[in-house]
Amino acid sequence: MDKLKLEMKNIEVEFPGVKALDGVDFSLTSGTIHALVGANGAGKSTLMKVLAGANGHYTGDVYIGGEPVETRSPKLSKNLGIEIVYQEVDTALIPHLSVAENVMFNSMVNHMGKKQLVNWGAIKKSAQAVLDRLNVDVDINALARELTLHKKQMVLIARCVAERCRFLILDEPTAPLSNTETQDLFRVVRDLAKEGIGIVFISHRLNELYEICEHITIMKDGKLVDSMPLTKELEVNTIVEYMLGRKYDGIYTKKDCEIGAPLLEVENLTEKEGRVKNIDFYVRKGEIVGVAGLVGAGKTELCKTLFGCYSHTGRMKLNGKEVRLGNPQQAVKSGFALVPEERRKEGVLVTDPVYANISIAAMKKYTNKVSIINRKKEKIEACQMIKDLGIKTPSENQTVALLSGGNQQKVVVGKWLNSEADVYIYDEPTKGIDVGAKQDMYELIEKLAAEGKGAIYATCEFQEVLSICDRIYVMYDGKIVKEFAYGEVSEKELLYYSTGGKSIDATNEKEETA
Amino acid sequence: MQQTKKRKQLKISSWITKWGTLVTILLLLLVFTFGNWNSDTGSSIFLTTTNVITVLRSISITTIIAIGLTYALAVDGMDLSIGACAQWASTFIMTMFIWYDLNMWIAIVLTIIVCLTVAAVNSLLIILFKIPDMIASLSVMFIFQGVALTYSRGGAITERMVRPDGTQAPGLVSEQFRALGGEPWLIIIMLCVVAIAMFILGYTKHGRYMYAVGGNKEAAKLSGIPVEKYKILAYFLSATFAAIGGISLAARIGTAQVQAGDAFLMPSVSAAFIGFSVLGAGKANAFGTLMGAVLMGVLQNGLIMLGVPFYMMNIVIGTVLAIALALTYVARK
Repeated sequence: MDKLKLEMKNIEVEFPGVKALDGVDFSLTSGTIHALVGANGAGKSTLMKVLAGANGHYTGDVYIGGEPVETRSPKLSKNLGIEIVYQEVDTALIPHLSVAENVMFNSMVNHMGKKQLVNWGAIKKSAQAVLDRLNVDVDINALARELTLHKKQMVLIARCVAERCRFLILDEPTAPLSNTETQDLFRVVRDLAKEGIGIVFISHRLNELYEICEHITIMKDGKLVDSMPLTKELEVNTIVEYMLGRKYDGIYTKKDCEIGAPLLEVENLTEKEGRVKNIDFYVRKGEIVGVAGLVGAGKTELCKTLFGCYSHTGRMKLNGKEVRLGNPQQAVKSGFALVPEERRKEGVLVTDPVYANISIAAMKKYTNKVSIINRKKEKIEACQMIKDLGIKTPSENQTVALLSGGNQQKVVVGKWLNSEADVYIYDEPTKGIDVGAKQDMYELIEKLAAEGKGAIYATCEFQEVLSICDRIYVMYDGKIVKEFAYGEVSEKELLYYSTGGKSIDATNEKEETA
Repeated sequence: MQQTKKRKQLKISSWITKWGTLVTILLLLLVFTFGNWNSDTGSSIFLTTTNVITVLRSISITTIIAIGLTYALAVDGMDLSIGACAQWASTFIMTMFIWYDLNMWIAIVLTIIVCLTVAAVNSLLIILFKIPDMIASLSVMFIFQGVALTYSRGGAITERMVRPDGTQAPGLVSEQFRALGGEPWLIIIMLCVVAIAMFILGYTKHGRYMYAVGGNKEAAKLSGIPVEKYKILAYFLSATFAAIGGISLAARIGTAQVQAGDAFLMPSVSAAFIGFSVLGAGKANAFGTLMGAVLMGVLQNGLIMLGVPFYMMNIVIGTVLAIALALTYVARK
């Protein structure tokens, strides 16, 4: 079969206020498996969405076999034989339809023409044929919602290749898979490559790329860093260096503050469904402890488990006393505070005014014995909080929905200041807020630490943990894999461990990944 | 230039969403007052003390039941079983008097307690089994419509009726109880129910928590509010006030008629939803619910006086509800 080449030249994508892609070139040859890597926000997914037709407003050119083509809509891309399997498989499957219907979904939607009746026999037959071709064992009569994640992925891949597919994009397919499932996926991907399909393989797990990919493209900050054949000579370390590229600027300088007695000690914390496993760590008074890891490493799950949202096993001691947190209500009573990642969804009551948000976790302060609210006191204290935290709002009665992201985040922190919490859990606290507000957040977090509070700072922005945290735990695959003290570690090492890099002293780790 | 024009438009539309319902009520009062002008006496037959009392009396049962629903709507729930619950209450309390000749106060307390089973079943289905509230309470509605019918053996409960076992029922409905269903007591009960709801929702911790749960369940949970407890509380309050509504209904007509309570479901739902738009609240609130009921009551009363036939009434009420909903949802966007 002739080698067909897909080329992207000088691709640019702009979102309001951000240039997500800046003059990126990319090329893919049919029959090869091509790795695409980069840190979070490097633009991998954005670039692939251009190919899949989901970023129709791109500028630049796309060629297939030298012919210029347009990938302005998903339909155009599909017609060109470009298919994508997104990371969230559940968004693409119809849960209450059978496997057969899910596999043949595209033809059922697009090729029915004027036909009104579904030919069940034919659909089941062609679905079975596709699954046989992939050598995948899934019952075509099962409902999609009954399948495991791995099988769902296979159904989606089958859907993509059911029709003329020339290029297939897999967006972090291995992130949720176990080792054996990963091997099974690799087998299918290799078979598809042999059939002549060009495959883009996005992954954060650098080690596994050596097994399967022939070529690697590295991106950073919306730009192409380099593209080269992937061989054993190219070390993980080198890839990590490429991913980080230039040195950062605008680093926040940490203030020294006194660290006291242990505040929170966690032993062997395991979430019931295994989203976090065997977590041991401690936080001292006045200490800011970083939890670094890539997206999907289990940071949010750890934060929520600590806060009692998920049932778990293991022991937690607060100020030397054992605590059991069955639900967030108990966590709040014990003195925990969570600044969640999804601010608008989980942090603030968007339709309520600022003062009601600030008082909601501390109503005890504003109510008398029969639960009647002292609204005057509530508003006076809210105004004080607005002043203290520098929340930019016309008044305490303003609806929170109308504030900027940074100011909403301050409202969330204000809520917990009011409840006099001891342990502050920050989950991606600077996500989606502007540079000035970020600076304010750092200062606020440090000020609280200086008052003897403990802080857990979970983020995928490594530069942030490096500059603000006293100690850093690295998470990978739901576990803490490494611990560092302030100034002891570089961003490169953090990235190395959070992409599953093997630690020299942790021998059990080696066995796991072997 | 264009911007100021736009801002002006915005100002007008937000003024309408805030005051629209109340202004409509005022306009209706004016229209009906002068539409029903009697030139002989030089006064209106609409705006008389007797007629005002008639309107208030006609909306009172709807309002009481709708206030119960207001709690359920405050936690972003829905309770379609309120009509059936009211019917169950009116049937039950009548048998207490007529079949068992019970003391009035004991009968009232007993009826409210029995009606809390409706809330218990609602909570079980919605909180424990996680069935969407609308359909869960729909099934509960059918269950308790059936319970009420079965309990009364498919018939009305009246004084001196022949009981299922062939004997004549011994009890009578006391004058004291009948008085609760006439003015001034019925109107006083309604106003008290509204005042209590305004107080609980607006001035206590529990009301604040209920609105927080209704506004953003996840954020409320992560702020340490026991979300499910407050949802259950809301359904229990909803059933309690539906029961009070049912008792008032029994007191008003002096018998328990088949399916009389069921008829209050849709007017109550309408009153509570019209209430969303009152003063631009954008959420369920007690004062709004009262105003919603007033709007519908005034409209119905005034149109009948103007000679609009009864069979056209639903067109008018449906239209009013649609406009009020439009005001609420357009403002939300």
